[in-house]
Amino acid sequence: MIQRKRGKSRRGWLGVLGLLFIAVIAVVSIVKIMEGTNVAVLNPQGAVAAAQKDLLLFTLVLSAIVVVPVFIMIGVFAWRYREGNPKGKYTPDDDSNKWIESVWWGIPILIIGILSVVTWVTTHQLDPYKPLVHDEKPIKVQVIAMQWKWLFLYPEYDVASLNVLKMPVGIPVDFEITGDGPMSAMWIPNLGTQTYAMNGMTARLSLIADEPGVYRGSNSNISGEGYAKMHFNAETVPNRQAFEEWASDVRNDNAHDHMDSSVYEKLSRPSAGDKPQYYHLHDDSLYATVMNKYMHHGDEMTGREGNHDH
Amino acid sequence: MTIDWGFWLGRLSLDALPSNIVTMGGAAGGVLGVLFIIGLLTFTRRWSWLWKTWLTSLDPKKIGIMYLIVSGVMLLRGLADVLMLRAQQALFATGADGPIGADMFQQVFSAHGTIMIFFVAMGVIFGLINLIVPLQIGARDVAFPLLNSISFWLFFAGMALMNVSLAIGEFSTAGWLAYPPLSTLEYSPGTGVDYWIWALQISGIGSLLSGVNFLVTIFTMRRKGMTLMKMPVFVWSVVGSMILVVFAFPILTGTLGMLTLDRTIGTHFFTSDMGGNPMMYVNLIWAWGHPEVYILILPAFGVFSEVVSTFSRKRLFGYTSMVIAIMAITLLSFTVWLHHFFTMGAGANVNAFFGIMTMIIAVPTGVKVFNWLFTMFRGRISFKTPMLWFMGFITTFTIGGVTGVLMAVPGIDFQVHNSLFLVAHFHNMIIGGVLFGAFAALAYWWPKFTGFRLHEGLGIAAFWSWLVGFILAFGPLYILGLMGAVRRLDSYDASLGWQGLFIVAGVGVAIILLGVFFQVLQLAYSIWKRKELAVGPDPWDARTLEWAISTPIAEYNFATLDEVHERDAFWAFKQSGKHRSAAYHDITMPKNSGFGVLIAGAAFLVGFAVIWHVWWLAVIAFVVLIVLIICVGMREDIERTIPAERVATIENKLWGHRS
Repeated sequence: MIQRKRGKSRRGWLGVLGLLFIAVIAVVSIVKIMEGTNVAVLNPQGAVAAAQKDLLLFTLVLSAIVVVPVFIMIGVFAWRYREGNPKGKYTPDDDSNKWIESVWWGIPILIIGILSVVTWVTTHQLDPYKPLVHDEKPIKVQVIAMQWKWLFLYPEYDVASLNVLKMPVGIPVDFEITGDGPMSAMWIPNLGTQTYAMNGMTARLSLIADEPGVYRGSNSNISGEGYAKMHFNAETVPNRQAFEEWASDVRNDNAHDHMDSSVYEKLSRPSAGDKPQYYHLHDDSLYATVMNKYMHHGDEMTGREGNHDH
Repeated sequence: MTIDWGFWLGRLSLDALPSNIVTMGGAAGGVLGVLFIIGLLTFTRRWSWLWKTWLTSLDPKKIGIMYLIVSGVMLLRGLADVLMLRAQQALFATGADGPIGADMFQQVFSAHGTIMIFFVAMGVIFGLINLIVPLQIGARDVAFPLLNSISFWLFFAGMALMNVSLAIGEFSTAGWLAYPPLSTLEYSPGTGVDYWIWALQISGIGSLLSGVNFLVTIFTMRRKGMTLMKMPVFVWSVVGSMILVVFAFPILTGTLGMLTLDRTIGTHFFTSDMGGNPMMYVNLIWAWGHPEVYILILPAFGVFSEVVSTFSRKRLFGYTSMVIAIMAITLLSFTVWLHHFFTMGAGANVNAFFGIMTMIIAVPTGVKVFNWLFTMFRGRISFKTPMLWFMGFITTFTIGGVTGVLMAVPGIDFQVHNSLFLVAHFHNMIIGGVLFGAFAALAYWWPKFTGFRLHEGLGIAAFWSWLVGFILAFGPLYILGLMGAVRRLDSYDASLGWQGLFIVAGVGVAIILLGVFFQVLQLAYSIWKRKELAVGPDPWDARTLEWAISTPIAEYNFATLDEVHERDAFWAFKQSGKHRSAAYHDITMPKNSGFGVLIAGAAFLVGFAVIWHVWWLAVIAFVVLIVLIICVGMREDIERTIPAERVATIENKLWGHRS
């Protein structure tokens, strides 16, 4: 009798493990199938997004340890203890069991404990303010989120671009992001981490494209009527040399406007769906000027420093 | 003499009337609906009946039913909104503008979120609390009956203001939480944000007063012998929820107040220049907003605890664990608000701290799920509709829980924040949790208040439509979010390949609407066939005190106040086979009062006048409001006594031959 019972419970556990296995396989295969398609977050093209995808899958599998038994139990219990099933035991007054309750306080605590450590470490690794560790010297790009377009300034190269971002493959890009309008947020899902763009404040973000391509970026925070049309493409060029050539072509092509305060003034009027444009950038202080529009005391704040009293 | 229209009408003019075909339709429908009801009441000479038995009633049972009616109507409006949103995204977003442009689309999603949270979810929760809490603690009333009526009518006034925006003026386009600077005068100069502010401000004050009322009720008016640890778990969940109301809603009131000052007298709390700081608003609104989520979900947990125990015919497993879990969630829910804006530039230490606190909430929540499952273990489960909603809840809520833990990790949130993945997550929690909980509660407690049960077949049809529709409506949103689709898009390029999934989501919404159709049909059919569906006062063989009394319930709930000895007081009573004590005493009940209606009316006028800058009316209405509040404090002769003989007659009649 005892033998049989033990055999039964062992079979039960094997079943549970089997289902767990199937669930993990199912999740992994769904993810694998999606990788080939246009599911950007699961199809990373840069180191940041790749780390975030791994983190997502790790957390998903860890959660499955709790979730899969829940789905199995609700199915099994509902079937076995349905009214009218003579096989189901009935113990109407059972309402606690210290041992079994400590199991389900304990296991979630353990899992969340593991996840907390992972969270602490990865949050620091993926801190957008931390420059990426890389052999190549990063390229600096200043971003201004306007109503309803994206202006990118490349102060080291004296060029600027509207609604299109140029970046070389394999070289980190250090962004400084500010706003000139309602709060917006810049997100390029293939490359990773989105960040809010706010008036009078600078947010920092480092991203890298490890593969050549055209990656869609957009605003993820409602900012008024033209919000849905506020997107851009991040276009890669093969290397630093090609990037420098692109920049010098823009500078030498007289078809492009000069970006200065009067051109900026015109551009800052609300409009949506503007075609991508390139500009010469002569005014290195444009970004600071836009920031200072919102400063009353002329002191620079960053999103992070904005938390302090001023 | 010329009339200074600017003085008399403020910003009001003929331009405020709807000009768009969609708004016109909505406004016309609303106005016709109200006119129809007014006509019906006049024609059937029911005005005095309505005033005496409903509008001025202080009976929490009636107030609860009024909450549920308002929430039901608002649910229909919120669903009509979402139908427009999904139709736009599935059919028109890739091409020309479609029937509604960007501005209209943004008004509609702002209205959808506001209505569903404030006037559906909150209304349902307060409705249930009004109906069930006094009965479950064995009380005859709430602690402050008139305050309760005032709370309801403030909720009603907020709802009315919200819907007036359809016919006069416009609604906010800034989303359901109206982040500045978008919601400041600079970017939203119209009346939309003002409507949003005042609808929330007025109903929010009502919620705060309710929170105080029910906390005091539960702490001071429990039946003799019902110690805290003998309270039904639903009551415990309400304790948690009301603690959150009391601490969180003042933050909302203050935040909205500061935004009002920014918009009306030109202060700079949240503007982006002159030293204002929009990030402060974002912090404050979520310091209210996150507890708000738990204000809604905790009572739903309570409902499911009652349902699973009753329909498994077994004591709730792990009562003490449940209570600890509820209180842990209550406490923790105040320590996680920053997870709504990990991408706003806080440092890694701050983000990691709030991420970890958020995950910790998964522990007590998981414990609750396991306790419910082990209540089913070795039970005798009967799969009536409330139990089906419970099964659906576990399924959808668990999925939502996993995606919630994913987003609690800042590194992952950086990639899914403000995407449709987030939208899918919180609908998993709010629909799968709060709404399914409300539907379970409706099916479960309906017979207690009406004497007949709801038609089972239609209830099952509604459940399956909701569940299948829900999975189809929100499954695609998870994938779309991972594809990079952000929330609130009125248009997108066809080349992105999103349309197919949006169409699937739209089909899901249609199936949900089918479920709602079944629910409406179920109510109508059950009322029509109420004789055939009639049941006794304890149709589920249930466990808690509310099932011990007669149906219909006497206005005083309990004729006698017998002492309670056990946790499942009525179950224990049934097991022991003792009889009710039959010695009746005089019962004192509050008299009806019209102050709730009057105060809410004045509050409505204050809100409306400030929205339209009709300052003379704002001043007058505000003075009237203050005078009315003073009058409330000076009332005398507020109670009436039901003599013992009368109680005996009522009881004999109610129990009929059973007594």
